[in-house]
Amino acid sequence: MKLATMFQAGLPYLVLTGGLLVVMIGVAIKRTHAVAAVLTIATLIATTLSHIVAYSALGDGAVQIDSMFKIDGIAYLFNILFLLAALVVAFLGSEFLNRRIRFKEEFYLLLLCATLGSLVLPAAVHFASLILGLEIVGISLYAMIAYPEKARPPLEAGLKYLVLSGVGSTALLFGMAMIYAGSGSMEFANSLPSDGSMEGQYFYLIGNAFFWSGIAFKLSLVPFHIWTPDVYHGAPSIVTGFLATVSKGAVFAVVFRYAIEGNVLDSGNVQFALSVIACISMVIGNLLALLQTNLKRLLAYSSIAHMGYLLIALLVVESNSALGYETVILYLVGYFLMTLAAFGVVSVLSMNQEQELETIDSIGGLLWRQPIAGAVLIVSAISLAGIPLTIGFFAKYYLFYAGIDGGMWTLIGALVVGSAIGIYYYLRIVFTAIKRPLDDAEAMTGLPWTGLGILVVLGLCILALGIYPTNLIDLIQNVVQASGF
Amino acid sequence: MSVMLLILLLLGAGVVAWVSERVNTTLPNWIALITFIAATLWVLVIWFNGPDTSGLYADLNREWIPRFGIYLHLRVDALSLMLIGLTTFLGIVAVVSSWTETKTRHGFFQFNILWVMAGVVGVFSAFDLFLFFFFWEVMLIPMYFLIAIWGHEDKEYASMKFFLFTQISGLLMLVAIVALVWINYDISGVLTFDYDVLKKANLDIATARLLMLGFFIAFMTKLPSVPVHTWLPDAHTQAPTAGSVILAGILLKTGAYGIIRFVVPMFNEASREFWIWGMSLGVVSILYGGYLAYSQTDFKRLVAYSSIAHMGFILVGVYSFSKLGTQGAIITMIAHGFSTAALFMMAGALQERLHTREMSKMGGLWVRAPRMGAVTMFFVVASVGMPGLGNFIGEFLVLIGAFQKSVVLTVFAAIGIVVAAVYGLSLMQRSFQGVPNPDVPKVHDFAFREMSVMVLLMIALIWVGIYPQSLLQMTAPLLSGLIELPS
Repeated sequence: MKLATMFQAGLPYLVLTGGLLVVMIGVAIKRTHAVAAVLTIATLIATTLSHIVAYSALGDGAVQIDSMFKIDGIAYLFNILFLLAALVVAFLGSEFLNRRIRFKEEFYLLLLCATLGSLVLPAAVHFASLILGLEIVGISLYAMIAYPEKARPPLEAGLKYLVLSGVGSTALLFGMAMIYAGSGSMEFANSLPSDGSMEGQYFYLIGNAFFWSGIAFKLSLVPFHIWTPDVYHGAPSIVTGFLATVSKGAVFAVVFRYAIEGNVLDSGNVQFALSVIACISMVIGNLLALLQTNLKRLLAYSSIAHMGYLLIALLVVESNSALGYETVILYLVGYFLMTLAAFGVVSVLSMNQEQELETIDSIGGLLWRQPIAGAVLIVSAISLAGIPLTIGFFAKYYLFYAGIDGGMWTLIGALVVGSAIGIYYYLRIVFTAIKRPLDDAEAMTGLPWTGLGILVVLGLCILALGIYPTNLIDLIQNVVQASGF
Repeated sequence: MSVMLLILLLLGAGVVAWVSERVNTTLPNWIALITFIAATLWVLVIWFNGPDTSGLYADLNREWIPRFGIYLHLRVDALSLMLIGLTTFLGIVAVVSSWTETKTRHGFFQFNILWVMAGVVGVFSAFDLFLFFFFWEVMLIPMYFLIAIWGHEDKEYASMKFFLFTQISGLLMLVAIVALVWINYDISGVLTFDYDVLKKANLDIATARLLMLGFFIAFMTKLPSVPVHTWLPDAHTQAPTAGSVILAGILLKTGAYGIIRFVVPMFNEASREFWIWGMSLGVVSILYGGYLAYSQTDFKRLVAYSSIAHMGFILVGVYSFSKLGTQGAIITMIAHGFSTAALFMMAGALQERLHTREMSKMGGLWVRAPRMGAVTMFFVVASVGMPGLGNFIGEFLVLIGAFQKSVVLTVFAAIGIVVAAVYGLSLMQRSFQGVPNPDVPKVHDFAFREMSVMVLLMIALIWVGIYPQSLLQMTAPLLSGLIELPS
């Protein structure tokens, strides 16, 4: 592989790292919120655009950098998705910082750092690059979650995430060590035990058990989900939005790579364990969401269920990896849009208040008190429930198609049950938002226009892709095919 | 093309109506009314122009999502045209019936009505299964809003129940659709959602049975048939008048339409095996619905339960697998649409005037509002099955068709007509006849606005009743394609 090609393919990473350094030095010289925000947004946009230049380096197939990274079109698709999500977080975050926080500039550093980590993961084909990316995201997130320095819940959430995510990483590392003990290689492609001995098989299985437990922690799948509601609840909404989308999406991107390169799903045990985790995540996530009265906790449990749904896409990889990739990318696009819209609404509404919006009741009559935010929240809830005219419907349709293609009828059953329960609590959000506001409910004025503007864009994207997803589907299909699947 | 324009007209008018709220609160009503009148005239023009050589009134086939072989395939044959006509016509009724009822957010109200109707027109004309499911779900959300925002005291419970029932059964249908498409893809190598192709899919009977059930449960829930009927009385009772009119007049028919258009032709063999279940469910719905209707004290609830009974006749007719039975089912769909819409409009008018739906608080209303009394009498008698009016033709044809299949079940279904007379007349007696209730304040009788639509509905019912041939000869060429095994 020519060096120039490698640099060209790695351009987005270089641009992002460069931008990160510029922002850091800029903050060190003089603290100016506006400059930091503009530089960050410019960096994110430049990184996104640099994919266009970089894409031509791929030719057909992928660019391998050492044994650590394999950059292909799919990695770029994930990258662009994460960057756009980070852009939304940067825009909404700037308003949030402006109104609520004293020391603002470091937030951008952390955001860029976390984004860089999440860009590493889709290209990782080696356990070392996996843990590298994962920890860059994780460590940046600890600080982002606890960012409002004075309040107590964010600190508590940050600490909780630090400890539990640390446990998850430990399990992951231990699993990698065991897999290495069996195969003698840290590359995904060579992770199967080399000599076929009984001993090697045991190492491989135990290693994978630990590995997937660690991954399940990061993806907050049942039964490793305990931290999720507390952390989602405690963190500032906009950070929760980032945590729920980018950090989850990046982990999915890397486990897809591992499952395909390493043929992990050929092992019936791993497949069975993942199916069980998927089923219970869908059902328990949705059931627990039913009991919530706090909006952010409700969304936390619903995200557990959505991660369970997405395992269907992972499991179909064994028989049809192209369809698996198509499903996961389209689903993540939808999930990112609707989750960012939901947390974005909470974040924008909370900007003028001391405390974040808590209960579902506090959004009573939102559609009439603040029509823009209310409409976006309703669109997002309807999309999360998977009802047509929204991208959420096509996302769910893809899951059904993938599940039937893989003949996974139990999972389809769990998906139907899970979605059915889900409709109930998503509709409760819709109903609360459209009901007649209480007489003493305060009108919500003085909300930032940039924030509302971003929400409108997200809402329109959900609707537009829900009516005409053809271009998106074609794009994903072409890129997946071009990447050699 | 013309159907797509019709759908876009309804969608566009919805947005305009919503925005026009800022100008004037009655402007949305006028926009919706004019749109529905224009749409009805449009349908009439298409109707009188007649079908092309292949018996179609409109056909549009455009690519939508080529990745999965999904097309924007809208086709109007005689059955679709009749139901689309019913839809746009009842749109007029719905708008007029709620002219003064909504006190808040007039624009959004009319927006929802127009969008439900757009979804329904789509359902009645989609010939791509994915598109069908898309419209099937699209019509739910505005309906949910209608009940949840403008409903009566228990609207949260009712709207939620309505939505959950239809959504969950809809999910089953989605699984069945995707499975059918995938199996067809597996066999023939063609990935398509097209109705005509999938109709000829070469399924083995065990699979066909399962897939048929997926569709049937969704349509049965919407119809509704016992035992999944429980959402209907709640939704009807709580819905605003326009919502009830649309729900009973049109939305229930989408379930019947689905069975006639999809379940029976696509899974013909499996459905033929299923006939005894289909007919029995129909008979149980007729008798149980009638029994429950009689025990109601709430005017609207009574009419709602009577709908369940009438929809039972559709099941009996379709599952008799005879041409007469199927035609009877189609006529019942149309006639029931007219008669129930009128009765729900009456229920709404009474509630607006008396602030109650309880029949024990009514009594002797005929004296105070003779026009309302006469109108109610007409539609009660129609709904009971008086010869000369539409419902009689439908139910009579159903019974003739069913008689060839099973005498026992037909006898029980026929008893349902007697039950209908019992609850129909008791409705009349308890509300309009008897001693006037002294507590009831002065009642404004129907004025021109209400009378005009009522007269239109009466004309429609009499037309179906004395000249059903006009409808029968339209649907006759379709029947063999709908009920016989595909060759």
